[in-house]
Amino acid sequence: MTDRDQGTYPPTEKMLAQPVPDDVAKGQEERLRKVWAQPPGWRYWSAVNNTEVGVWYCLTATFFMLLAGILALLMRVQLAVPENDFLDADRYNQFFTMHGSAMMFLFAVPIFEAISILILPSLLGARDMPFPRLSAYGFWCFVIGGIFVMGSILFDAAPNAGWFMYPPLSTEHGGIGTDIWLLGLSFIEVASIAAAVELIVGVLKCRPPGMRVNIMPLYAWYVLVVGGMIVFAFPPLIAGDFLLEMQRSFDWPFFDPERGGDPMLWQHLFWIFGHPEVYIIFLPSIAVTAMIIPTAARRPIVGYSWIVLSAVGTGFLSFGLWVHHMFATGLPSISLGFFSAASEAVVLPTGIQIFAFVATLMVGRVRMIHPMLWIAGALAIFVAGGLTGVMVAIVPFDWQVHDTYFIVAHLHYTVFGGMLFPVIGGIYYFYPVIAKKQLSERLGRWAFWLAFTGFNVTFLPMHLTGMRGMPRRVFTYPGDLGWNWLNMISTIGAFVMATGLLIFVYDLLRPKGKQPDPPRNPWDAGTLEWTHNVPAESWGIRSIPYVNTRYPLWQQPKMQQRIDAGRYYLPDAQEGKRETLVTSVIDAHPLHVQRVTGPAWITIWAAVFTGGAFIFPTFHWYPPAIVSAVLAVACVIYWNWTSTAEIPEAETKDAGLGLRLPLYVSGPDAVGWWAVWITMLADATAFSSLVFSVFFYWTASTQFPPQGAGFANPVLMAIGTGLVVASWALTAWARRDAGRGAMAALAVAMLAACAGGGVLILALWLPDMDPTAHVYPAMMWALVVWVIVHLIAGVVLQGYCLAGLAFGKITRRYDAPLWNSLLFWHFLCLTVLVTGAMVAIAPRLMT
Amino acid sequence: MRRNIFGWWAARVGLLIGPAGCAGNQSMFSPAGVDALATLNLFWVMLAGAVVIWFALNGLFLYVTRIHVGKMSRRLAEAVIIGGGILFPLVVLSALLIYSLPMMGEQRAPDDGLRVRVTAERWWWRVEYWPDGATAPIIAANELRLPVDQRTEIELTAGEVIHSFWIPALGGKTDMFPGRITRMTLAPSETGTFRGQCAEFCGLSHALMAIPAVIMEPAAFDGWLREQALPATSSGAGRAVFLREGCGACHAVRGTPAAGRVGPDLTHLGGRTALAAGILPMTADALRAWITNPEAIKPGAEMPAYDHLDESDLAALAAYLMGLK
Repeated sequence: MTDRDQGTYPPTEKMLAQPVPDDVAKGQEERLRKVWAQPPGWRYWSAVNNTEVGVWYCLTATFFMLLAGILALLMRVQLAVPENDFLDADRYNQFFTMHGSAMMFLFAVPIFEAISILILPSLLGARDMPFPRLSAYGFWCFVIGGIFVMGSILFDAAPNAGWFMYPPLSTEHGGIGTDIWLLGLSFIEVASIAAAVELIVGVLKCRPPGMRVNIMPLYAWYVLVVGGMIVFAFPPLIAGDFLLEMQRSFDWPFFDPERGGDPMLWQHLFWIFGHPEVYIIFLPSIAVTAMIIPTAARRPIVGYSWIVLSAVGTGFLSFGLWVHHMFATGLPSISLGFFSAASEAVVLPTGIQIFAFVATLMVGRVRMIHPMLWIAGALAIFVAGGLTGVMVAIVPFDWQVHDTYFIVAHLHYTVFGGMLFPVIGGIYYFYPVIAKKQLSERLGRWAFWLAFTGFNVTFLPMHLTGMRGMPRRVFTYPGDLGWNWLNMISTIGAFVMATGLLIFVYDLLRPKGKQPDPPRNPWDAGTLEWTHNVPAESWGIRSIPYVNTRYPLWQQPKMQQRIDAGRYYLPDAQEGKRETLVTSVIDAHPLHVQRVTGPAWITIWAAVFTGGAFIFPTFHWYPPAIVSAVLAVACVIYWNWTSTAEIPEAETKDAGLGLRLPLYVSGPDAVGWWAVWITMLADATAFSSLVFSVFFYWTASTQFPPQGAGFANPVLMAIGTGLVVASWALTAWARRDAGRGAMAALAVAMLAACAGGGVLILALWLPDMDPTAHVYPAMMWALVVWVIVHLIAGVVLQGYCLAGLAFGKITRRYDAPLWNSLLFWHFLCLTVLVTGAMVAIAPRLMT
Repeated sequence: MRRNIFGWWAARVGLLIGPAGCAGNQSMFSPAGVDALATLNLFWVMLAGAVVIWFALNGLFLYVTRIHVGKMSRRLAEAVIIGGGILFPLVVLSALLIYSLPMMGEQRAPDDGLRVRVTAERWWWRVEYWPDGATAPIIAANELRLPVDQRTEIELTAGEVIHSFWIPALGGKTDMFPGRITRMTLAPSETGTFRGQCAEFCGLSHALMAIPAVIMEPAAFDGWLREQALPATSSGAGRAVFLREGCGACHAVRGTPAAGRVGPDLTHLGGRTALAAGILPMTADALRAWITNPEAIKPGAEMPAYDHLDESDLAALAAYLMGLK
């Protein structure tokens, strides 16, 4: 029985007005509290709920930010005077590489995901994120990867080829620094994508009943846009990392011009990631601003639709600008002109968002609450960074200032104004929701003015330093070029700024036990997160409200009291299970009750072994890496087997307000299916990047494939592809049957997939295509290796389903794993068909 | 504004005197080329616009949050979104693109006959001059000389890693790739010496990879180029030390058995404005310091240290090299 809801929906005013008897409410509260309680003692670290993981995530990202900031201060000391020997060249290079890499990969992106994991459920009136263990897994991966990458500095082994890792500098470099970067950060990128998938599903499927997409908080819109950008932007970098690491470890010459490779390919792949990355870190702070501004103006945002369209527009545009990081690479003027105009075009959506905020302040009655001070500072800084951005998007000007301190100034103006200041403002704003305490306004003012002044003293002179000719990434400079006093001022400013930021961090971390509880809604805001409980309750929200306005606390006046009384949905936990409500994507129509996972150590083990699989290859220790990978897969299987898609004790349950909702759904109704879809989009994007690489080599070189090169065996390619397609067809059939026949089909499908993979390898092996000889065979092998890795995952999924059917975890009615596995196989089937065409057919046409 | 012909080494002495010294000669603010001047003018225009826009926007924010906190009309607010977010940037940015895009073509205009190929090595520059109709290049290193008031094509490539060629006073930069040739043209408009520097991070001594550009009157340039084509004339005791120590395995001194191609061509070393890719003055002392321990001056430099040479050998070698005019 997969039908939708049974009962009345939407709830009538009469139903909502009915009081909940006190004793009933008491009992409900007790059960909820028990179900959602944090594990005690040392088991606290096995917690997976968003309120715990989110806080750890934020603090860890902040910790990495402080470390990267210390590196910046040390670099400023080195540059304070000319020809200084405080840091030697190699250490300086390690420091600037790690400063950039850590700020980007260990702070800017993770802090967005951390804050979002922390507050998104409360913005949406949800109990938790849809996959709490996935967030915990992502967090632990982040911790392990971050410590590994940052820790390398202590052993003088940190990456030192710049955060952009341009080959050939990065390919020929001795030492393990580059491998640490490639593998450590790929690991973190995978965790970032996992978090993005979860956030997207959270926004799409975990909104409260009635909250249609056009009334959801702007923050949620930005999460959706930024999550989508992560899904499409990170995979090209992961593909690039894969190619670069294959060159470093196995000498496959992707970027070696002597064997047909091309260092420009890396630059394209890196910046196809790198430019959206800029907006991935910028848009979340606009999102925070979009929450603070209406509260300060005491009225709903003006131009909601304009802002949403602009955010989506910025997201799209950001994928078409990457070449503006490559203006000096000698590309033809016509392409430069196009990318110059496209880069300027992004001013429009950015401008609309800023002016919509100004417009909201105009029509409101503004109250300068403390977070607004940070927003005002952010505006002053960001607008300056945006204006220099307009300048550097102009090609001739960029030819001059590219890779100088002018760019250092420009980018710090955009990231401080467009990221750090709004995020700090947001932390002041959301702190009562998170910690049930308030930050000190007095310390906040000190922090702000020191950071703001220090920032401008540091970075404003850098525009001039750059125009006077100082290039970036130099560990020293001669004393007679007019850069001395400018650098000295910048160094002094950096320490002033650091003092301000330290005051903020102190205020954040200082014990506040004696502080009285703050008011529940100290800023008189209108959105759902302010229905939180003070003092804290672990249940997230007492009952999940019916929301039909953008600012429910302003526009649905009885809401707070009804939430607290347990009048709305899921006010109880009768079965002792953690539950949240899943609704439809557009209208937020209630669909089913989702049982979410609870505390577990298995997520930590999974993260540890995944870390091993990425970290051991850095040292070329392949056997332990393979063992780690197998154990990681085993952990993930165990965790899925024991806690997801469990067969419920009943078909439906009373979700409150007379609504009965199913407890088990599969296919497109299920959040898991959506997560697989989005993950596979990311996966397909990475694969597309490899296909793009083939065409890039073909267009950029006349030697792809080189004269007289061999081709893959076409018959074997056809057989191998055919076997994989057959495996896919059998999986599809198994999904339909989901019975005894399905078990046989899956068993045959697994054999077909293994055989297919073997034949595909033979198709390249037999014609003796040597991947180290030239980039053409290397690229063909890269595509086949990609397919093989996915076939292994595909076979594991088939085996999981087979076991599920055999042990009664999967039945005709309860078939979610079959749906999800088949979805993976749809993408795999497409991947293998494209690979077959690219390997067996395309090279013959390219000569 | 004519520059001191002794180049930036003279500036070392006269450190930061007056506005000219302040601007330095690696500065975009002292353009000595057609392209650099055009770009500087473009900058002033953009800066003026940026300052006005910055004050207007922040002023508006200050006004609505601090001065006029009462409610304003919704129509006005929406007009602000459309006017400020769409119409104004559309007009301003279109104008800016129309102004700036044609500059790309002007700055990439074809040369007037001379072609120079610069190859970036770690961390120095091979320079080859190809005058109109030449069949073989005239080889030099670590210094670029160009005739004034002519456009010269600079053909760029690199040895092992990516570098970027940039002389701010003359024009913008272009990256240099191993296995690929990129091109730019420069049209100096003033004589003098201007400092350039590698602008793409290229490893350990990226900071220590500069190149002086000497702009000469066309006649003087032609004479200089003719001399560069000639073999070396210097002799003396140092020549024997040079050959005995095997310097010729890496360095070429035309007219002697030394014909190495690994390091810079030294045929006319003593006539150059600077040593070790623009980081040391061309003096006997600097030469001695370099020969005894290159690593101390340029971390990662491939040249081995000749610290076993005795005083007289060193002096003779330095004198010989200084004599390679």
